[in-house]
Amino acid sequence: MAGEGARVAWWLLAPTLIVLALVAGWPLTRTIWFSLTDAHLADLARARFVGLENYLARDDGGWFGVIADPLWWRAVRNTFVFAFVSVSLETLLGLVIALMLQARFPGRALVRAAVLIPWAIPTIVSAQIWGWMLHDQFGLINDLLLRVDLIDQPLAWTADPGLSMGAVIVADVWKTTPFMALLSLAALQLVPGECLDAARVDGAGAWRTFRYVTLPLILPALGVAVIFRSLDALRIFDLIYVLTPGSEDTMSMSVFARQQLVDFQDVGYGSAASSLLFFFIAACTIGFMVLSRLRPLQGVNR
Amino acid sequence: MHDRLHGAFPPAPIAGCEPVRRGFARIGFVALTLAIVLFAVFPFYYAMVTSLKTGTALFRVDYLPRALDWDNYRAIFRDQPFGTNILNSAIVAAAVVIASLGLSLTAAYALARKAFQGRGLLLMTILGVSMFPQVAVLSGMFELVRGLGLYNRLGGLMLSYLILTLPFTVWVLTTFTRKLPVELEEAAVLDGAGPLTIVFRIFLPPLAPAAVSTGLLAFVAAWNEFLFALTFTLTDDQRTVPVAIALMSGASEFELPWGQIMAASVAVTLPIVALVLSFQGRIVAGLTAGAVKG
Repeated sequence: MAGEGARVAWWLLAPTLIVLALVAGWPLTRTIWFSLTDAHLADLARARFVGLENYLARDDGGWFGVIADPLWWRAVRNTFVFAFVSVSLETLLGLVIALMLQARFPGRALVRAAVLIPWAIPTIVSAQIWGWMLHDQFGLINDLLLRVDLIDQPLAWTADPGLSMGAVIVADVWKTTPFMALLSLAALQLVPGECLDAARVDGAGAWRTFRYVTLPLILPALGVAVIFRSLDALRIFDLIYVLTPGSEDTMSMSVFARQQLVDFQDVGYGSAASSLLFFFIAACTIGFMVLSRLRPLQGVNR
Repeated sequence: MHDRLHGAFPPAPIAGCEPVRRGFARIGFVALTLAIVLFAVFPFYYAMVTSLKTGTALFRVDYLPRALDWDNYRAIFRDQPFGTNILNSAIVAAAVVIASLGLSLTAAYALARKAFQGRGLLLMTILGVSMFPQVAVLSGMFELVRGLGLYNRLGGLMLSYLILTLPFTVWVLTTFTRKLPVELEEAAVLDGAGPLTIVFRIFLPPLAPAAVSTGLLAFVAAWNEFLFALTFTLTDDQRTVPVAIALMSGASEFELPWGQIMAASVAVTLPIVALVLSFQGRIVAGLTAGAVKG
């Protein structure tokens, strides 16, 4: 009987598994294969196996390949700086917004709807909106800062090497904070009221209640949200591609890989970079799964 | 003197100072709330203000709309194939949602209700696929799309978007299917119903709300997708909305049509914002059940 159930299960799963194998398994395998070849975009069929040359090779006494490419390491650093700063800010801001939304006040539904808006806006659209607001000559941000005398001449937010990463981070924080706020709010709503009442009876103030009661209780859920957001931030592409096109100061690993693949048509080299990013994210994902002992749907069918 | 007063009316000094502190706290709370709402809403509001300006007015910063000039909106539909782009996005996103939901309903039933070897590993793999960096499959997918003759065709986008939506819909629907009462299925089995009947006749009706919110999130993901759309399409008439907005250019290379870009941005965002706001309760349920994509 159990065998019969298993056979039915596999039949029901077959279409999904075939499609996933076609759109995920196969392309991933080919990408890793291409990373070991000198494939060129114009003629993929003529790819020749070159071993690990795209990753690291020694030629004429110098090192070549993605691993020896300073621009790749620049992209790695950019990606990490971006992911760390923006996920930290989003978590903090998201938590503040969630705490605010948890309080009862007139117009709360309206405020919650307003806070959700940036999340609903396509990334490309938010990149363009921020690109326009941060425009060096006609942008609103420069206008505002000039009016309050914080700066005495307009700044080139998206072009200045010292400012462009900040611009990308601000736009990303604006767009994704609502997601963190939603997940934090969901976690907050699961905190039992008795715990908060007990803390109040014991005379704990708002901050101490939050620090010693609420925060420990929501930490696991918050941790999962941070992990998902971090994995998302590490593969950032759209926002950077549109807000600061071609800039080395903000180039992420995904932007680097696509530039090699498509703009320079060097599929072998670009695939090597993509594969490195994949292996890195896969390692992180597996690490997180093991660490958090995330057992999906444990106890199904009891 | 003071001590005696305290002793006589212990709550008095506290009661005297509480309202002041509460008052400050309340003002602080309202100010914080207003600041957050302003930060959330203002950029989109400013895009709307900009979209209603043309010519030299664009290059003057206005915080309030001065005049309503709909020229940019007419221009994106007249000078650019923006209507076609919207239609492309709608067709692709709808097809992807239908395919993803159709496939994941049966998969979710098997994963949630059937015991078999390797189920845990399978679920982990499906969750893992949703963590793939998109660029990691880009060259392989490019070859596949071209090999199937789908390059610069909407079919190529429909196929490639499944990698974004399918793991997510399977995962979320599995979570929701688990919550359905076992009795529902047992009664159907006694009546001699087969697995497909159970999935589509018995489980689908109670799952419908969950399927709608999951489908909506998948729709938003497909509507917003950029990397595949940018790489697998070549001509204006096959582009989806995000690519069209990202690549919109003016009459000359020195002119950036910010008014038109903002008009296009507002035009594609308003429907999504309306959808999200009207379904916000369910979206939160779907997100927390899946917690997969941002």
